[in-house]
Amino acid sequence: MKRLLPILVLLVAATPARAATPQEGVVANVTQGKSLYAANCSRCHGSRGQGLRDQGPSLKDAGALAADFYVRTGYMPLDNPHSQPWRTRVLFTEQEIRSLVAYVATIGHGPAIPSPQWQTASVAAGRQLFADHCAGCHQIAIAGGVLPGARIPPLNQPTPRQIAEAVRVGPYLMPKFSTKAITPTQLNDLVAYVQYAKRPDDRGGWAIGHLGPWPEGMVTWLLAASILVATCLLIGRRLKA
Amino acid sequence: MIRRLVRFVDQRSGGAPFVRKALRYVFPDHWSFLLGEVALYCFILLVATGVYLTLFFEDSRSQTVYHGSYKPLQGETMSRAYESVLHLSLDVKAGLLMRQTHHWAANVFLAAILLHVLRVFFTGAFRKPRDLTYVIGLAMLFTAFLEGYLGYSMVDDLLSGMGLAIGYSVALSLPVIGANLGLLLWGGPFPGSPSFIPRIYIAHVLIFPLLIIALLTLHLVLVASRHHTQFRESPKTTEKQVVGIPAFPGQAPRSLGLMFAVFAVLFLLGGLVQINPIWLWGPYHVGEATNGAQPDWYLGWLIGALRLVPGFDLTVGGYTLVPNPFWGGALFPVVILFVLALWPWAERRVTGDDAFHNLLERPRDNAWRTSLGAAFLTWIFLVFMSGSADRVTVWLGLDYSAQIWAYRVLIWLVPLLVFFAVRRACRELLAWEQIRSD
Amino acid sequence: MSRVKALLIAAVVLLLGRGRPKRERRPEHRIVPPGPADRRAENLVLLLFGGVTACGVAFIVFYAIDKLGHETQWLGLALGLAFALLTLACIVIARRLVVTEELPEPYPEDHPDEVETIAELIDESGSRFTRKRLVTLAGAGALGTLGLAALTPAASLGPALDTSALKKTPWRRGRRLVDESGKPIPAADIEAEAFYTAYPEGADRELIGSPLVVVRIGPGNAGVVAYSKICTHAGCAIALYRKPTFPDTQPGPALVCPCHYSSFDPAKNGKVIFGPAGRPLPRLPLEIDGEGNLRAAGGFSGPVGPSWSGVRR
Repeated sequence: MKRLLPILVLLVAATPARAATPQEGVVANVTQGKSLYAANCSRCHGSRGQGLRDQGPSLKDAGALAADFYVRTGYMPLDNPHSQPWRTRVLFTEQEIRSLVAYVATIGHGPAIPSPQWQTASVAAGRQLFADHCAGCHQIAIAGGVLPGARIPPLNQPTPRQIAEAVRVGPYLMPKFSTKAITPTQLNDLVAYVQYAKRPDDRGGWAIGHLGPWPEGMVTWLLAASILVATCLLIGRRLKA
Repeated sequence: MIRRLVRFVDQRSGGAPFVRKALRYVFPDHWSFLLGEVALYCFILLVATGVYLTLFFEDSRSQTVYHGSYKPLQGETMSRAYESVLHLSLDVKAGLLMRQTHHWAANVFLAAILLHVLRVFFTGAFRKPRDLTYVIGLAMLFTAFLEGYLGYSMVDDLLSGMGLAIGYSVALSLPVIGANLGLLLWGGPFPGSPSFIPRIYIAHVLIFPLLIIALLTLHLVLVASRHHTQFRESPKTTEKQVVGIPAFPGQAPRSLGLMFAVFAVLFLLGGLVQINPIWLWGPYHVGEATNGAQPDWYLGWLIGALRLVPGFDLTVGGYTLVPNPFWGGALFPVVILFVLALWPWAERRVTGDDAFHNLLERPRDNAWRTSLGAAFLTWIFLVFMSGSADRVTVWLGLDYSAQIWAYRVLIWLVPLLVFFAVRRACRELLAWEQIRSD
Repeated sequence: MSRVKALLIAAVVLLLGRGRPKRERRPEHRIVPPGPADRRAENLVLLLFGGVTACGVAFIVFYAIDKLGHETQWLGLALGLAFALLTLACIVIARRLVVTEELPEPYPEDHPDEVETIAELIDESGSRFTRKRLVTLAGAGALGTLGLAALTPAASLGPALDTSALKKTPWRRGRRLVDESGKPIPAADIEAEAFYTAYPEGADRELIGSPLVVVRIGPGNAGVVAYSKICTHAGCAIALYRKPTFPDTQPGPALVCPCHYSSFDPAKNGKVIFGPAGRPLPRLPLEIDGEGNLRAAGGFSGPVGPSWSGVRR
């Protein structure tokens, strides 16, 4: 916990948007949520969240969980329904987010917002789960990756809650995992591993991105080879013009 | 004192005349002639640090459950090979320094050889009587590729396991003999028999290093026996006469200084910049993979080639004759090796120039060679670049498939442009010099 | 006491090199041309050597301190700096304290006479043979065969001639699928939009033919499909499942390998839809046992793992 506290502090400090962290004492207002929905979401998801063909999926049973995830990451609203949602600045205030989420939660019977108890969970168990389920896309040290048709976000930015939500939602092209596939306990472990991987045990100096050979090659050429060529220039002579 | 020592040695070895000659062996002075030395000093450090690492490495794939000091891997099943490298990295004092320095040295070794080859190529130093020296150098380069690959493969972490899977697939893809060769080397279907890790271990620490040492010795003996090439600088530097700094006392501190510079850079990197943090990759299992897996930089051209080749196997009547990895993983490097190795003979045939060449050409002096070589290099370099298209997607959001299609076109177009641009540049430079001297 | 004093004086004298004056050999000409002394450069070199010594000591100290955080960094810094200072010392010596001569030396030439002699020597040595070609041929054949014989034991390295092992997998009819923790997998638990890794019950998981990827492409028991998790291109694990949340606007489902991004369509028997793979992903037919768990209904639809020359398409 002592190691993790600074991470938490950093996370909070690093969160760019004003409304991305839940605040106490803000009350949701479903009516306000409904009008926010009409203004920002209905163009693709339909006036009652029923979804529109070629525009956006139905929000029935999406629940507060999905709404909270999509709005707080800035994934939604999306300019173009064909483009990949990507983390951007959140445009709503905390009050607005809560109201919007509360409204979307009234469409069907979706899951509530999770609150992962990862602080006491097992990083080792989480690492194993991550290697089995997540590393193929997000890279084993959470540096993100690619698949044909999408880029896969690194996991440095999402909060523990957003990680837990994403596992259940499966945003964009990501598979989704129910409580049967990944139990709540396992989810806590998973979140604990991602939190660990944001600031892993970095022995051996400057970590150059936890990407392995790619940045290592850059250092080889831009740093080592350049210095050694410069040394050669210092020791040896150049041709007279 | 010195006199007595020299006398002692000479009376027992008769080596005084040789040593006297060696001390006054002349080194023509140009900074680019030092690049080969950089590679040599990397190799020395590789052997030194490598010997240290062997004292801790356990060449075994037998599985064990980890209960060491690194918490996130507690309770995981892993091979003893991987466990021993974890232990070396995290629990042995100075172990990580040695391992990281060794790995950086490998990366820089290959970079230095490559720079050296480029210098030799673009100055025409490979011409008779040094064509054999050049071919031996190329053999060393390709041995070093394999040596490096084996080195990071035997650790049995997630990345090395994926690399071995690809190596196995390339072996299997060789026409006709592929399956037999793959099974022979691996001792069975992937991931191979329990003796596979001991095999690549002994190849990495004994067979390939011996091969490199043998080639290196031959290379240096040939270089020394023909003397070094030189640029035409004064009336004294001619095809018949070399001018340079004697080994002792002039060159010795220069070369020693360069050696210490190589050691300094590599130890500083080994201590200050993390390389291959295997504890983060975790152990390899056949059913696991990570995104963004790349080989070390010097094999980047191969992953690029494997990714660029369109998806097809060459088949005859429902049977695969040539599986896909052959094109990028085997044919591509072999073509490059052959083009480079046969270049001296090809050039001699085309130009009809069979003379001895001790004087170097500046790149601009031979526009044809320089522009063709630059185009060829560009081709390889673009394939190399395409190997990192996935990272470009992560950073810049450029669509991966679109990049692959773009590269499939660009690797043919850009070299053509480079050829004409470089040829033009060479000619312009010469013309400019002409005007200036007039 | 006086003995100690005498020893000390002797030591100092030895150290400073002020013993008996050297008999100056005055050669007619020097080999290395003379140059002026450079005290400043010399001082600099002394200083640099001092620095190297300090770094060396620091390395040992860092090594000895047990609870030193960032141990690797301190060790590397000490050693690296030591060598960097040594480099500087060498460069100062080369530039300022050692004469840089430029000596001419003739390039070695070839030796046509010697070449002729060697050829003649070899030629004449064999003059007593009457059937030179035949003997050479027989000799080459003998040595070649012996060489081949010496290489033969290498065949023991693996089943080189019998490649049938490549087609073997642990999967056969009735074998149960289990998840990472070894539990059987009920067909009903396989959910749409998720992906699962499965292994053969009671078999080695580290075989290339073992791991499966299981996904649901439709409702009911028939909607569950299983493929080999090993890419047919280069043998990496198919660890990506591209699954659209909203198929109207997003790319369709695909099983993807992260090594070279070969993509396979799970709904079309593992057909290649992108990337360098030349063969579809082998599919494992499934059946449901009495307890509702997934079992193999037979072997794979094709050979598992990377292709080889001669593999059936």
